[in-house]
Amino acid sequence: MKRTTILIAFLAFVLIGCAPILSQSNPPLVVDTGVDPESWALIPAGEFFAGQFNHTQTIDHDYEMMVTLVTNTQFAEYLNASLADGTLKVDGEFIVGYHPGEEFHAYEHEMEIPAGDYPHVPLADDSLRIDQSDGIFSARAGYENHPVVMVSWFGANAYCDYYGWRLPTELEWEKAARGTDGRPFPWGEEFNNAHVNAYFSRDPFEWTLGKAGDTTPVGFYNGQIYEGYQTVDSPSPYGLYDMAGNVWQWTLDDHPDQHYRYMRGGSKAEYEFMLRVWMRNSSGPEYMSPNAGFRCVR
Amino acid sequence: MQGVKERFNYLFSSTRGLSMVAIGLIALVSAVWGTLSGPLAELGVKEFMIDLLGMNILQAEREGRMITLYHSIAMTVVAILVYFITGIISMKEHERVKINATVTVGYLMVMFFGLAFGYFGHNWIYHGLFISGQALVFWAGVLLAAALWPWRKEYYISDTAYARTRSGLDLERTAFFVVAVAMLGSAFFGAIAGMYYGNGFETFLAETTIREPHKTILQKSIIGHLHIMLALLTTGVSLVIGRWLDFKGIWQKMAMPLYIVGSVILTFGAWSVMVVEWAHTTIYIGSTFILLGALFLVISSFGVLIRAGLEKRGLKKAGLFTRLAALVDDPLKFGSLWQMIFMNFTVSGVGIFMAVKLDEMIRVWPYRDERILLAGHWHILATLTATVMLFYYADLMGLQGRARKIFGWAVIIFSDLAFGSVTIFGMKRLFVDEASQQPTVDTLMVLADLALVIVLLALAAFLIWLLVDFFSKNGRWKKDVNLSSSQEVKA
Repeated sequence: MKRTTILIAFLAFVLIGCAPILSQSNPPLVVDTGVDPESWALIPAGEFFAGQFNHTQTIDHDYEMMVTLVTNTQFAEYLNASLADGTLKVDGEFIVGYHPGEEFHAYEHEMEIPAGDYPHVPLADDSLRIDQSDGIFSARAGYENHPVVMVSWFGANAYCDYYGWRLPTELEWEKAARGTDGRPFPWGEEFNNAHVNAYFSRDPFEWTLGKAGDTTPVGFYNGQIYEGYQTVDSPSPYGLYDMAGNVWQWTLDDHPDQHYRYMRGGSKAEYEFMLRVWMRNSSGPEYMSPNAGFRCVR
Repeated sequence: MQGVKERFNYLFSSTRGLSMVAIGLIALVSAVWGTLSGPLAELGVKEFMIDLLGMNILQAEREGRMITLYHSIAMTVVAILVYFITGIISMKEHERVKINATVTVGYLMVMFFGLAFGYFGHNWIYHGLFISGQALVFWAGVLLAAALWPWRKEYYISDTAYARTRSGLDLERTAFFVVAVAMLGSAFFGAIAGMYYGNGFETFLAETTIREPHKTILQKSIIGHLHIMLALLTTGVSLVIGRWLDFKGIWQKMAMPLYIVGSVILTFGAWSVMVVEWAHTTIYIGSTFILLGALFLVISSFGVLIRAGLEKRGLKKAGLFTRLAALVDDPLKFGSLWQMIFMNFTVSGVGIFMAVKLDEMIRVWPYRDERILLAGHWHILATLTATVMLFYYADLMGLQGRARKIFGWAVIIFSDLAFGSVTIFGMKRLFVDEASQQPTVDTLMVLADLALVIVLLALAAFLIWLLVDFFSKNGRWKKDVNLSSSQEVKA
């Protein structure tokens, strides 16, 4: 009897783990962070400390970067416009767009990316918080000011390109995140949960998906109190929000002999060490993730 | 005073005592440093521990800290392996004393000064002593290799049940010697790269570089170093297990040449990673030889365990289930072999799968998934090897009866549950996507954490038992005080 009880308790415990996730049936907390997703910040040309070991690097041009990640609202507007003018098209379960391909050297483990249409976002994936009704895309209720996710590098690159902008290079991204003083996080050296949406950071959006949490609205960590949850104002030295945590951010560089695309900044599903400004994630450019978004530079 | 002196002698001169100190220190370091990551860090214990101990933690130094931590634990494990070898292999008593003394001072310096440097502020004297400790461990290895020199006539064997050449060269001793020499050479590959730290070469964790298409020669040197050190340490442990279980007969005669040749090829392959593209092929060939040798050890020893189990039951022949029951009768001996089999599911199998499916599958996943799988894979190899060493040590300490069974089975079942869960966690992208993975992750992590807690509780209970004995006036330790290490192990 005792053994049976233990066995049943063990099986029940395991089955609890198979319970469905909650996000789809629970709308998120709606907050206005007051940070404008249409705003840009100037990052001046000059030297800065790059990487874990603070090597001096120089960026020889001024550039502006979006203060926030591209939101679901912004991306829905883009989809509507670009589908209407034929820049993008629907192909099966994806919205796709043309990419001219990349030079292939047959290096060991090099990805081959020939010219052709590549997926930008999935249409049938619930993790994309953009819905379609009568051929019109709009941000899902409650997720309007959350960063868009489930966008491939092709999709992110095409978005920036569509408006005459581009994705930031890795160096541009890093300088924008840490400024010129070699800090490990956009806000400084110290880390705590009130700075950032990270794994098990106990923010008000975490209950929807468990420890990996949900995205937070762009600019959420700005010192405001949201229903009793106190955040710390955590912009980068240039005033950019969410340069650590929330979602990984695609960067522009195509690394020869490889063609993986690199992401920076960590995400809501990452521990502290992956949120340091020099840490990188990478994948093929077709990768679409609930933990990856982007912002543009001009 | 006499009691203190005797106890000191036991702790720092006997195989059992020396091993107990080293295992106790690893347990202590694991308990404290384990709070800096994983579930305890999530619960906020990390910050508490940092404040309590006054650790000096800078974000940019994480990788460097981890490297000192790995070396602190790895050198201690190497020391334990050295104690096991000096206790179980014939050598002169003065050689044994010198080797054990040198490696003990070495690993203690590595551990104390390495952790002090890594976690409590950069006093460069600490760093110098950390390096000096590693040099002493290396020197102990040189002394060990010299003591193991198999071509000394006095160590030739005449018993035809064991692997030997026609002239009587003991091939098992030769295998120990080859592994010791290969480890010394492989240590150099870390040391050479280490010399360049701060002089054009920077701290990195191997898993950080996996997707870099063009690695520097020093990066390759470090990657080769860490892989071969762990592989050779594991090979050395399996040789100790073979000696413990009195591995002999036709299987042993086939296995020992495989161990010797495999260790040479594998080591050559790992070293050649720096300069040739086909190094991995060499590594696969060397690994296959060693794995075959280990397989023969398992096959032969399973037969021995079954015969012993049946004999205990007064049987000469029996059906399948009785034979199986006989096989698992002694969880310590069975466990040491079973963990070698289990290793193939969680380490070798995963490694081969990754190699075969690298471009088609693994590199399609994000880097983070590949990194998790790789890091899990080698942590599992290291920890499974540690459980095998624990089985041997528990037997050496005379753990008997019900306690032997409970300890043995707790470690087998729960370590396998933990490492199986971690393996599935690493492979999760095969069956669950990122958006819906959290329930799976939660279940696997809770299973792994709970199982590890039970293993650690079993280890803690074992160590408490050892401590109680140690503080008893006439405990088991007393018998070892005046024995040489080899007499002690035989006793």
